[in-house]
Amino acid sequence: MADKRMTPDEIVAELEDGMTIGIGGWGSRRKPMALVRAILRSPVKDLTVVSYGGPDVGLLASAGKLKHLVFGFVTLDTIPYDPWFSRARESGSITVTEYDEGVFGTGLSAAAQRLPFLPTRAGLGSGVMDLNPSLRTVRSPYDDAEELLAVPALKLDAAFVHLNRADARGNAQYLGPDPYFDELFALAADKCYVSTEKIVETAELTEAGPVQSLLLSRMLVTGVAETPNGAHFTTAVPDYGRDERFQRHYAASAKDLDAWPEFVDRFLSGDEAHYQKAVAEFGESA
Amino acid sequence: MSDISRAEVAVVACAELFRGDGEIVVSPMGFIPSLGARLARLTFEPDLLLSDGEAYLMTPDAVVEGWQPFRKVLDTVVPRGKRHVVMGANQIDGEGNQNISAIGDHSQPKKQLLGVRGGPGNTANHRTSYWVPRHGKRVFVDQVDVVSGVGYARAREAGLRHHDVHRVVTNLGVLDFGGEDHAPRLLSVHPGVSVDEVVEATSFPLSTGGVTETRLPTESELLLIRTSLDPKSLRDKEVPS
Repeated sequence: MADKRMTPDEIVAELEDGMTIGIGGWGSRRKPMALVRAILRSPVKDLTVVSYGGPDVGLLASAGKLKHLVFGFVTLDTIPYDPWFSRARESGSITVTEYDEGVFGTGLSAAAQRLPFLPTRAGLGSGVMDLNPSLRTVRSPYDDAEELLAVPALKLDAAFVHLNRADARGNAQYLGPDPYFDELFALAADKCYVSTEKIVETAELTEAGPVQSLLLSRMLVTGVAETPNGAHFTTAVPDYGRDERFQRHYAASAKDLDAWPEFVDRFLSGDEAHYQKAVAEFGESA
Repeated sequence: MSDISRAEVAVVACAELFRGDGEIVVSPMGFIPSLGARLARLTFEPDLLLSDGEAYLMTPDAVVEGWQPFRKVLDTVVPRGKRHVVMGANQIDGEGNQNISAIGDHSQPKKQLLGVRGGPGNTANHRTSYWVPRHGKRVFVDQVDVVSGVGYARAREAGLRHHDVHRVVTNLGVLDFGGEDHAPRLLSVHPGVSVDEVVEATSFPLSTGGVTETRLPTESELLLIRTSLDPKSLRDKEVPS
Protein backbone atom coordinates (compact mmCIF):
# COMPACT_ATOMS: atom_id res chain seq x y z
CA MET A 1 0.00 0.00 0.00
CA ALA A 2 1.61 3.20 -1.20
CA ASP A 3 2.53 5.84 1.31
CA LYS A 4 2.98 8.96 -0.82
CA ARG A 5 4.12 11.33 1.88
CA MET A 6 7.00 13.55 0.75
CA THR A 7 8.56 16.80 1.89
CA PRO A 8 8.21 19.91 -0.30
CA ASP A 9 11.93 19.73 -1.07
CA GLU A 10 11.63 16.08 -2.15
CA ILE A 11 8.76 17.03 -4.44
CA VAL A 12 10.65 19.90 -6.04
CA ALA A 13 13.72 17.67 -6.47
CA GLU A 14 11.65 15.71 -8.99
CA LEU A 15 11.36 18.76 -11.26
CA GLU A 16 13.74 19.32 -14.16
CA ASP A 17 14.84 22.53 -15.83
CA GLY A 18 12.47 23.67 -18.56
CA MET A 19 9.44 21.72 -17.34
CA THR A 20 5.87 22.92 -17.68
CA ILE A 21 4.31 23.24 -14.23
CA GLY A 22 0.63 23.87 -13.50
CA ILE A 23 -0.20 25.65 -10.25
CA GLY A 24 -3.72 25.30 -8.83
CA GLY A 25 -5.82 27.81 -6.91
CA TRP A 26 -7.08 31.11 -8.29
CA GLY A 27 -5.55 34.58 -7.88
CA SER A 28 -4.47 34.89 -4.26
CA ARG A 29 -6.55 31.90 -3.17
CA ARG A 30 -5.47 28.40 -2.09
CA LYS A 31 -2.11 28.54 -3.78
CA PRO A 32 0.41 25.79 -2.95
CA MET A 33 2.78 28.42 -1.58
CA ALA A 34 4.95 26.04 0.49
CA LEU A 35 5.74 24.19 -2.76
CA VAL A 36 6.37 27.49 -4.55
CA ARG A 37 8.76 28.47 -1.75
CA ALA A 38 10.51 25.09 -2.19
CA ILE A 39 11.00 25.94 -5.88
CA LEU A 40 12.52 29.28 -4.86
CA ARG A 41 15.09 27.39 -2.72
CA SER A 42 15.89 24.84 -5.43
CA PRO A 43 18.26 25.09 -8.40
CA VAL A 44 15.48 24.34 -10.93
CA LYS A 45 15.10 26.98 -13.66
CA ASP A 46 13.53 27.96 -16.99
CA LEU A 47 10.05 26.87 -15.95
CA THR A 48 6.93 27.32 -18.02
CA VAL A 49 4.20 28.04 -15.50
CA VAL A 50 0.48 27.55 -16.19
CA SER A 51 -1.59 29.41 -13.61
CA TYR A 52 -4.68 31.40 -12.79
CA GLY A 53 -2.03 33.66 -11.39
CA GLY A 54 -1.50 35.16 -7.97
CA PRO A 55 1.62 35.64 -5.84
CA ASP A 56 2.91 32.24 -7.04
CA VAL A 57 3.68 33.92 -10.36
CA GLY A 58 5.20 37.03 -8.78
CA LEU A 59 7.48 35.07 -6.45
CA LEU A 60 8.69 32.71 -9.18
CA ALA A 61 9.42 35.75 -11.36
CA SER A 62 11.28 37.44 -8.49
CA ALA A 63 13.67 34.49 -8.25
CA GLY A 64 14.22 34.20 -12.00
CA LYS A 65 12.57 30.76 -12.12
CA LEU A 66 9.98 31.78 -14.67
CA LYS A 67 10.73 31.64 -18.38
CA HIS A 68 7.26 31.50 -19.87
CA LEU A 69 3.81 32.04 -18.37
CA VAL A 70 0.47 30.75 -19.63
CA PHE A 71 -2.22 32.86 -17.97
CA GLY A 72 -5.55 34.65 -18.19
CA PHE A 73 -4.80 37.03 -15.33
CA VAL A 74 -2.40 37.68 -12.50
CA THR A 75 -3.86 39.40 -9.44
CA LEU A 76 -3.62 39.44 -5.66
CA ASP A 77 -7.43 40.00 -5.51
CA THR A 78 -7.50 42.71 -2.83
CA ILE A 79 -4.44 44.27 -4.50
CA PRO A 80 -5.08 44.39 -8.25
CA TYR A 81 -1.55 43.92 -9.58
CA ASP A 82 1.41 41.79 -8.46
CA PRO A 83 4.47 44.10 -8.62
CA TRP A 84 6.93 41.34 -9.52
CA PHE A 85 4.76 40.13 -12.39
CA SER A 86 4.44 43.72 -13.63
CA ARG A 87 8.21 44.15 -13.45
CA ALA A 88 8.86 40.89 -15.33
CA ARG A 89 6.44 41.88 -18.08
CA GLU A 90 7.50 45.51 -18.38
CA SER A 91 11.19 44.57 -18.51
CA GLY A 92 10.47 41.87 -21.08
CA SER A 93 12.25 39.23 -18.98
CA ILE A 94 9.54 36.58 -19.48
CA THR A 95 7.43 35.51 -22.44
CA VAL A 96 3.73 34.81 -22.14
CA THR A 97 0.80 32.99 -23.67
CA GLU A 98 -2.21 35.09 -22.72
CA TYR A 99 -5.58 33.33 -22.77
CA ASP A 100 -9.10 34.15 -21.73
CA GLU A 101 -9.99 32.47 -18.39
CA GLY A 102 -12.35 30.10 -20.16
CA VAL A 103 -9.91 29.34 -22.99
CA PHE A 104 -7.35 28.46 -20.33
CA GLY A 105 -9.79 26.03 -18.67
CA THR A 106 -10.72 24.58 -22.06
CA GLY A 107 -7.03 23.84 -22.73
CA LEU A 108 -6.75 22.07 -19.37
CA SER A 109 -9.95 20.12 -20.10
CA ALA A 110 -8.55 18.95 -23.44
CA ALA A 111 -5.39 17.70 -21.72
CA ALA A 112 -7.48 16.11 -18.95
CA GLN A 113 -9.55 14.23 -21.55
CA ARG A 114 -6.43 13.25 -23.55
CA LEU A 115 -7.75 15.17 -26.56
CA PRO A 116 -5.58 17.28 -28.89
CA PHE A 117 -7.96 20.23 -28.59
CA LEU A 118 -11.45 21.28 -27.55
CA PRO A 119 -13.61 23.89 -29.25
CA THR A 120 -14.87 27.05 -27.64
CA ARG A 121 -16.38 30.34 -28.72
CA ALA A 122 -14.34 32.33 -26.19
CA GLY A 123 -11.34 34.14 -27.62
CA LEU A 124 -12.68 34.63 -31.16
CA GLY A 125 -12.31 38.20 -32.32
CA SER A 126 -10.20 39.13 -29.29
CA GLY A 127 -6.56 39.84 -28.58
CA VAL A 128 -6.18 36.17 -27.68
CA MET A 129 -6.19 35.44 -31.42
CA ASP A 130 -3.89 38.38 -32.31
CA LEU A 131 -1.35 37.50 -29.63
CA ASN A 132 -1.25 33.76 -30.30
CA PRO A 133 -0.97 33.41 -34.08
CA SER A 134 -0.47 29.64 -33.83
CA LEU A 135 -4.08 29.20 -32.64
CA ARG A 136 -6.38 27.54 -35.17
CA THR A 137 -10.12 27.53 -35.64
CA VAL A 138 -12.39 24.62 -36.49
CA ARG A 139 -15.76 24.70 -38.23
CA SER A 140 -18.68 22.78 -36.80
CA PRO A 141 -19.44 19.85 -39.14
CA TYR A 142 -23.15 20.22 -38.34
CA ASP A 143 -25.79 22.45 -39.87
CA ASP A 144 -24.89 25.50 -37.77
CA ALA A 145 -21.38 25.53 -39.37
CA GLU A 146 -20.17 27.82 -36.59
CA GLU A 147 -16.49 28.59 -36.63
CA LEU A 148 -14.92 27.97 -33.22
CA LEU A 149 -11.54 28.29 -31.58
CA ALA A 150 -9.71 24.94 -31.33
CA VAL A 151 -7.88 25.30 -28.02
CA PRO A 152 -4.78 23.07 -27.92
CA ALA A 153 -4.41 20.77 -24.92
CA LEU A 154 -2.49 22.40 -22.09
CA LYS A 155 -0.41 19.39 -21.10
CA LEU A 156 1.58 19.70 -17.88
CA ASP A 157 4.67 17.83 -16.75
CA ALA A 158 3.63 18.39 -13.15
CA ALA A 159 0.80 20.03 -11.23
CA PHE A 160 1.01 21.55 -7.74
CA VAL A 161 -2.19 22.07 -5.75
CA HIS A 162 -2.98 22.86 -2.12
CA LEU A 163 -5.96 21.20 -0.40
CA ASN A 164 -7.28 21.33 3.14
CA ARG A 165 -6.96 17.64 4.04
CA ALA A 166 -5.42 14.51 2.55
CA ASP A 167 -4.56 11.00 3.60
CA ALA A 168 -1.10 9.46 3.27
CA ARG A 169 -2.08 7.70 0.05
CA GLY A 170 -3.02 10.96 -1.70
CA ASN A 171 -6.81 11.16 -1.46
CA ALA A 172 -7.34 14.88 -1.05
CA GLN A 173 -10.20 17.09 0.09
CA TYR A 174 -11.18 20.76 -0.14
CA LEU A 175 -13.30 22.19 2.66
CA GLY A 176 -13.85 25.70 1.29
CA PRO A 177 -16.62 26.81 -1.08
CA ASP A 178 -14.68 26.54 -4.35
CA PRO A 179 -12.64 23.66 -5.80
CA TYR A 180 -11.21 26.07 -8.38
CA PHE A 181 -9.66 24.12 -11.28
CA ASP A 182 -7.44 21.87 -9.16
CA GLU A 183 -8.92 18.63 -10.47
CA LEU A 184 -8.30 19.73 -14.06
CA PHE A 185 -4.69 20.65 -13.21
CA ALA A 186 -4.23 17.17 -11.71
CA LEU A 187 -5.77 15.45 -14.73
CA ALA A 188 -3.79 17.56 -17.23
CA ALA A 189 -0.46 16.63 -15.60
CA ASP A 190 1.80 13.59 -15.83
CA LYS A 191 2.40 13.94 -12.10
CA CYS A 192 0.35 15.80 -9.49
CA TYR A 193 1.75 16.83 -6.13
CA VAL A 194 -0.55 17.91 -3.32
CA SER A 195 0.36 20.02 -0.34
CA THR A 196 -2.16 19.92 2.46
CA GLU A 197 -2.91 21.60 5.76
CA LYS A 198 -3.12 18.23 7.48
CA ILE A 199 -2.63 14.57 6.67
CA VAL A 200 -5.36 12.54 8.39
CA GLU A 201 -6.58 8.96 8.51
CA THR A 202 -8.73 8.10 5.49
CA ALA A 203 -11.82 7.67 7.69
CA GLU A 204 -11.48 11.24 8.95
CA LEU A 205 -11.94 12.70 5.47
CA THR A 206 -15.65 11.98 5.31
CA GLU A 207 -16.04 13.07 8.92
CA ALA A 208 -14.76 16.54 8.01
CA GLY A 209 -16.94 17.10 4.97
CA PRO A 210 -19.36 15.49 2.51
CA VAL A 211 -17.96 12.86 0.17
CA GLN A 212 -18.26 15.37 -2.69
CA SER A 213 -15.48 17.39 -1.04
CA LEU A 214 -12.99 14.60 -1.84
CA LEU A 215 -11.73 16.38 -4.93
CA LEU A 216 -8.75 14.22 -5.88
CA SER A 217 -8.57 10.47 -5.87
CA ARG A 218 -5.19 8.98 -5.00
CA MET A 219 -4.91 7.55 -8.52
CA LEU A 220 -4.23 11.13 -9.66
CA VAL A 221 -1.69 11.96 -6.96
CA THR A 222 2.04 11.23 -7.08
CA GLY A 223 3.05 12.77 -3.77
CA VAL A 224 1.50 14.51 -0.78
CA ALA A 225 3.21 16.92 1.61
CA GLU A 226 1.83 18.06 4.96
CA THR A 227 2.43 21.82 5.04
CA PRO A 228 0.44 23.52 7.84
CA ASN A 229 -0.29 27.14 6.86
CA GLY A 230 1.19 26.09 3.53
CA ALA A 231 -1.03 28.35 1.42
CA HIS A 232 0.05 31.42 3.40
CA PHE A 233 -0.38 34.29 2.57
CA THR A 234 -3.22 33.24 0.25
CA THR A 235 -6.54 31.86 1.51
CA ALA A 236 -7.17 28.28 2.59
CA VAL A 237 -10.67 28.69 3.98
CA PRO A 238 -12.05 27.40 6.30
CA ASP A 239 -8.62 26.76 7.86
CA TYR A 240 -7.65 30.43 7.42
CA GLY A 241 -8.33 33.44 5.26
CA ARG A 242 -5.83 35.57 3.39
CA ASP A 243 -3.18 37.30 5.52
CA GLU A 244 -3.99 40.75 4.15
CA ARG A 245 -1.41 42.54 6.27
CA PHE A 246 1.32 40.22 5.07
CA GLN A 247 0.11 40.47 1.49
CA ARG A 248 0.34 44.28 1.71
CA HIS A 249 3.86 43.89 3.08
CA TYR A 250 4.76 41.55 0.20
CA ALA A 251 3.36 43.96 -2.39
CA ALA A 252 5.04 47.00 -0.86
CA SER A 253 8.39 45.17 -0.68
CA ALA A 254 8.02 43.82 -4.21
CA LYS A 255 7.31 47.30 -5.52
CA ASP A 256 10.56 48.70 -4.15
CA LEU A 257 13.78 47.01 -5.28
CA ASP A 258 15.62 48.57 -2.33
CA ALA A 259 13.17 46.99 0.12
CA TRP A 260 13.02 43.57 -1.54
CA PRO A 261 16.31 42.08 -0.20
CA GLU A 262 15.06 42.67 3.34
CA PHE A 263 11.87 40.74 2.57
CA VAL A 264 13.93 37.89 1.10
CA ASP A 265 16.31 37.83 4.08
CA ARG A 266 13.53 37.85 6.60
CA PHE A 267 11.11 35.38 4.99
CA LEU A 268 12.64 33.47 2.08
CA SER A 269 16.26 32.83 3.05
CA GLY A 270 15.58 29.65 5.02
CA ASP A 271 13.38 26.57 4.86
CA GLU A 272 9.60 26.38 5.33
CA ALA A 273 9.93 26.22 9.14
CA HIS A 274 12.00 29.42 9.01
CA TYR A 275 9.32 31.05 6.87
CA GLN A 276 6.50 30.06 9.23
CA LYS A 277 8.46 31.28 12.26
CA ALA A 278 9.16 34.62 10.58
CA VAL A 279 5.47 34.90 9.62
CA ALA A 280 4.43 34.22 13.23
CA GLU A 281 6.80 36.95 14.43
CA PHE A 282 5.47 39.31 11.77
CA GLY A 283 1.95 38.57 13.04
CA GLU A 284 2.92 39.32 16.62
CA SER A 285 4.46 42.64 15.59
CA ALA A 286 1.06 43.93 14.45
CA MET B 1 -34.82 63.32 0.45
CA SER B 2 -32.87 65.52 -1.84
CA ASP B 3 -29.29 66.59 -2.56
CA ILE B 4 -28.95 63.61 -4.83
CA SER B 5 -25.27 62.84 -5.35
CA ARG B 6 -23.50 61.96 -8.58
CA ALA B 7 -22.72 58.51 -7.11
CA GLU B 8 -26.43 57.90 -6.50
CA VAL B 9 -27.23 58.79 -10.11
CA ALA B 10 -24.50 56.39 -11.25
CA VAL B 11 -25.93 53.62 -9.06
CA VAL B 12 -29.33 54.06 -10.68
CA ALA B 13 -27.78 54.13 -14.17
CA CYS B 14 -26.07 50.83 -13.32
CA ALA B 15 -29.35 49.40 -12.02
CA GLU B 16 -30.97 50.39 -15.32
CA LEU B 17 -28.44 48.19 -17.15
CA PHE B 18 -30.36 45.17 -15.86
CA ARG B 19 -33.88 46.30 -16.75
CA GLY B 20 -35.58 43.47 -18.60
CA ASP B 21 -32.89 40.89 -17.78
CA GLY B 22 -35.24 38.61 -15.82
CA GLU B 23 -33.97 35.40 -14.27
CA ILE B 24 -30.27 35.49 -15.17
CA VAL B 25 -27.02 35.82 -13.24
CA VAL B 26 -25.66 39.34 -12.93
CA SER B 27 -21.95 39.71 -12.21
CA PRO B 28 -21.12 43.29 -11.36
CA MET B 29 -17.39 44.04 -11.01
CA GLY B 30 -16.85 47.08 -8.83
CA PHE B 31 -18.77 48.69 -6.02
CA ILE B 32 -21.15 51.06 -7.86
CA PRO B 33 -22.28 48.34 -10.34
CA SER B 34 -22.87 45.94 -7.44
CA LEU B 35 -25.03 48.54 -5.69
CA GLY B 36 -26.89 48.96 -8.98
CA ALA B 37 -27.46 45.22 -9.34
CA ARG B 38 -28.80 44.92 -5.80
CA LEU B 39 -31.01 47.95 -6.29
CA ALA B 40 -32.45 46.47 -9.50
CA ARG B 41 -33.03 43.15 -7.72
CA LEU B 42 -34.85 44.91 -4.87
CA THR B 43 -37.04 46.98 -7.18
CA PHE B 44 -37.87 46.41 -10.84
CA GLU B 45 -36.00 43.13 -11.56
CA PRO B 46 -36.88 40.85 -8.63
CA ASP B 47 -35.86 37.64 -10.43
CA LEU B 48 -32.19 38.55 -10.95
CA LEU B 49 -29.62 36.15 -9.53
CA LEU B 50 -26.82 37.98 -7.72
CA SER B 51 -23.29 36.60 -7.77
CA ASP B 52 -21.15 37.45 -4.75
CA GLY B 53 -18.08 37.40 -7.00
CA GLU B 54 -16.95 34.15 -5.41
CA ALA B 55 -18.70 30.81 -5.12
CA TYR B 56 -22.20 31.85 -4.08
CA LEU B 57 -25.43 33.21 -5.49
CA MET B 58 -26.88 35.46 -2.80
CA THR B 59 -30.19 37.18 -2.13
CA PRO B 60 -29.93 40.91 -1.28
CA ASP B 61 -30.19 40.03 2.42
CA ALA B 62 -27.23 37.66 2.05
CA VAL B 63 -29.05 34.32 2.02
CA VAL B 64 -27.17 31.77 -0.11
CA GLU B 65 -29.43 30.50 -2.89
CA GLY B 66 -26.93 28.79 -5.16
CA TRP B 67 -23.44 27.39 -5.67
CA GLN B 68 -21.48 28.86 -8.52
CA PRO B 69 -17.74 28.18 -8.27
CA PHE B 70 -15.41 29.64 -10.90
CA ARG B 71 -15.21 26.45 -12.93
CA LYS B 72 -18.99 26.27 -13.23
CA VAL B 73 -19.06 29.89 -14.36
CA LEU B 74 -16.57 29.25 -17.15
CA ASP B 75 -17.87 25.79 -18.16
CA THR B 76 -21.58 26.56 -18.27
CA VAL B 77 -22.81 29.91 -16.97
CA VAL B 78 -20.81 31.99 -19.45
CA PRO B 79 -21.31 29.69 -22.48
CA ARG B 80 -25.02 29.23 -21.72
CA GLY B 81 -25.36 33.00 -21.86
CA LYS B 82 -27.73 33.39 -18.92
CA ARG B 83 -25.56 36.14 -17.53
CA HIS B 84 -24.99 39.89 -17.71
CA VAL B 85 -21.55 41.01 -16.57
CA VAL B 86 -20.45 44.58 -15.86
CA MET B 87 -16.70 44.75 -16.32
CA GLY B 88 -14.26 47.60 -15.69
CA ALA B 89 -12.18 49.01 -18.52
CA ASN B 90 -8.73 50.57 -18.69
CA GLN B 91 -9.42 51.47 -22.34
CA ILE B 92 -12.53 51.47 -24.57
CA ASP B 93 -12.56 52.49 -28.22
CA GLY B 94 -15.24 53.66 -30.64
CA GLU B 95 -15.99 50.14 -31.86
CA GLY B 96 -16.66 48.95 -28.32
CA ASN B 97 -13.41 47.05 -27.83
CA GLN B 98 -12.27 47.00 -24.20
CA ASN B 99 -8.79 46.50 -22.73
CA ILE B 100 -7.83 45.35 -19.24
CA SER B 101 -4.74 43.41 -20.34
CA ALA B 102 -1.78 45.74 -20.89
CA ILE B 103 -0.94 49.25 -22.11
CA GLY B 104 1.52 49.58 -24.98
CA ASP B 105 3.26 46.83 -26.93
CA HIS B 106 2.10 43.49 -25.53
CA SER B 107 5.52 41.84 -25.79
CA GLN B 108 6.94 44.42 -23.39
CA PRO B 109 4.09 46.57 -22.13
CA LYS B 110 4.49 50.05 -20.72
CA LYS B 111 2.03 49.02 -18.04
CA GLN B 112 1.01 45.46 -17.28
CA LEU B 113 -2.63 45.26 -16.18
CA LEU B 114 -4.68 42.24 -15.10
CA GLY B 115 -4.65 40.22 -18.31
CA VAL B 116 -7.62 39.71 -20.63
CA ARG B 117 -9.43 37.77 -17.86
CA GLY B 118 -12.92 36.74 -18.98
CA GLY B 119 -13.48 39.60 -21.43
CA PRO B 120 -13.11 37.55 -24.63
CA GLY B 121 -15.47 34.82 -23.41
CA ASN B 122 -18.00 37.20 -21.88
CA THR B 123 -18.36 39.26 -25.05
CA ALA B 124 -18.55 36.11 -27.21
CA ASN B 125 -21.29 34.56 -25.12
CA HIS B 126 -23.59 36.97 -23.35
CA ARG B 127 -24.54 40.53 -22.57
CA THR B 128 -21.66 42.66 -21.32
CA SER B 129 -21.64 46.24 -20.02
CA TYR B 130 -18.81 48.41 -18.75
CA TRP B 131 -18.38 50.74 -15.80
CA VAL B 132 -15.85 53.60 -15.94
CA PRO B 133 -15.63 55.71 -12.76
CA ARG B 134 -13.35 58.35 -14.35
CA HIS B 135 -14.48 59.30 -17.82
CA GLY B 136 -11.51 60.73 -19.76
CA LYS B 137 -9.43 60.44 -22.90
CA ARG B 138 -7.04 57.96 -21.29
CA VAL B 139 -9.90 55.48 -21.07
CA PHE B 140 -11.95 56.44 -24.14
CA VAL B 141 -9.24 56.03 -26.78
CA ASP B 142 -9.10 55.83 -30.60
CA GLN B 143 -7.93 52.24 -30.49
CA VAL B 144 -7.35 49.91 -27.55
CA ASP B 145 -3.86 48.39 -27.21
CA VAL B 146 -5.08 44.84 -26.50
CA VAL B 147 -8.61 43.61 -27.21
CA SER B 148 -9.99 41.90 -24.11
CA GLY B 149 -13.72 42.55 -24.52
CA VAL B 150 -14.62 42.25 -28.21
CA GLY B 151 -16.30 45.20 -29.93
CA TYR B 152 -18.85 45.26 -32.74
CA ALA B 153 -16.64 45.25 -35.87
CA ARG B 154 -14.50 42.40 -34.64
CA ALA B 155 -17.51 40.42 -33.44
CA ARG B 156 -19.08 40.65 -36.88
CA GLU B 157 -15.84 39.60 -38.55
CA ALA B 158 -15.44 36.63 -36.19
CA GLY B 159 -19.09 35.61 -36.61
CA LEU B 160 -19.92 35.94 -32.92
CA ARG B 161 -23.65 35.25 -32.94
CA HIS B 162 -24.18 35.91 -29.21
CA HIS B 163 -22.21 39.15 -29.03
CA ASP B 164 -24.07 41.83 -27.05
CA VAL B 165 -22.17 44.82 -25.70
CA HIS B 166 -24.97 46.69 -24.01
CA ARG B 167 -23.90 50.01 -22.48
CA VAL B 168 -21.09 51.92 -20.83
CA VAL B 169 -21.94 53.78 -17.62
CA THR B 170 -19.46 56.41 -16.44
CA ASN B 171 -19.29 59.13 -13.81
CA LEU B 172 -20.49 61.57 -16.50
CA GLY B 173 -23.15 59.73 -18.45
CA VAL B 174 -24.31 56.63 -20.31
CA LEU B 175 -23.08 55.50 -23.76
CA ASP B 176 -23.93 52.68 -26.09
CA PHE B 177 -23.04 51.46 -29.58
CA GLY B 178 -26.51 51.78 -31.04
CA GLY B 179 -25.81 54.39 -33.69
CA GLU B 180 -25.65 53.74 -37.39
CA ASP B 181 -23.47 50.68 -38.04
CA HIS B 182 -22.94 50.39 -34.25
CA ALA B 183 -21.48 53.87 -33.96
CA PRO B 184 -20.94 55.03 -30.37
CA ARG B 185 -23.53 57.45 -29.07
CA LEU B 186 -24.16 59.35 -25.91
CA LEU B 187 -27.51 58.29 -24.45
CA SER B 188 -27.66 60.50 -21.39
CA VAL B 189 -25.63 62.87 -19.25
CA HIS B 190 -25.88 62.90 -15.48
CA PRO B 191 -27.47 66.00 -13.91
CA GLY B 192 -24.92 68.84 -13.85
CA VAL B 193 -22.88 67.41 -16.74
CA SER B 194 -22.96 68.99 -20.20
CA VAL B 195 -22.88 67.11 -23.48
CA ASP B 196 -19.77 69.10 -24.46
CA GLU B 197 -18.00 67.94 -21.31
CA VAL B 198 -18.49 64.29 -22.27
CA VAL B 199 -17.53 64.86 -25.91
CA GLU B 200 -14.41 66.68 -24.71
CA ALA B 201 -13.48 63.73 -22.45
CA THR B 202 -13.83 61.16 -25.26
CA SER B 203 -11.18 60.60 -27.97
CA PHE B 204 -13.55 59.13 -30.57
CA PRO B 205 -16.55 60.94 -32.09
CA LEU B 206 -19.80 60.47 -30.20
CA SER B 207 -23.22 60.78 -31.73
CA THR B 208 -25.17 63.21 -29.54
CA GLY B 209 -28.57 63.41 -31.19
CA GLY B 210 -31.29 62.67 -28.66
CA VAL B 211 -29.21 62.88 -25.49
CA THR B 212 -31.37 62.96 -22.37
CA GLU B 213 -30.61 63.55 -18.72
CA THR B 214 -29.92 60.37 -16.74
CA ARG B 215 -32.95 59.70 -14.59
CA LEU B 216 -32.83 60.54 -10.90
CA PRO B 217 -33.38 57.93 -8.21
CA THR B 218 -36.92 57.77 -6.88
CA GLU B 219 -37.60 58.48 -3.21
CA SER B 220 -37.80 54.77 -2.43
CA GLU B 221 -34.62 54.01 -4.40
CA LEU B 222 -32.77 56.73 -2.48
CA LEU B 223 -34.00 55.28 0.79
CA LEU B 224 -32.75 51.83 -0.20
CA ILE B 225 -29.34 53.16 -1.29
CA ARG B 226 -28.83 55.34 1.77
CA THR B 227 -30.21 53.19 4.55
CA SER B 228 -29.92 49.62 3.38
CA LEU B 229 -27.44 49.12 0.51
CA ASP B 230 -24.70 51.61 1.39
CA PRO B 231 -25.31 53.27 4.77
CA LYS B 232 -21.60 54.22 5.06
CA SER B 233 -21.69 56.13 1.74
CA LEU B 234 -18.75 54.22 0.29
CA ARG B 235 -20.25 55.11 -3.10
CA ASP B 236 -18.95 58.66 -2.72
CA LYS B 237 -15.37 57.36 -2.63
CA GLU B 238 -15.76 55.76 -6.06
CA VAL B 239 -17.63 58.71 -7.55
CA PRO B 240 -17.12 62.02 -5.75
CA SER B 241 -19.84 64.58 -6.36
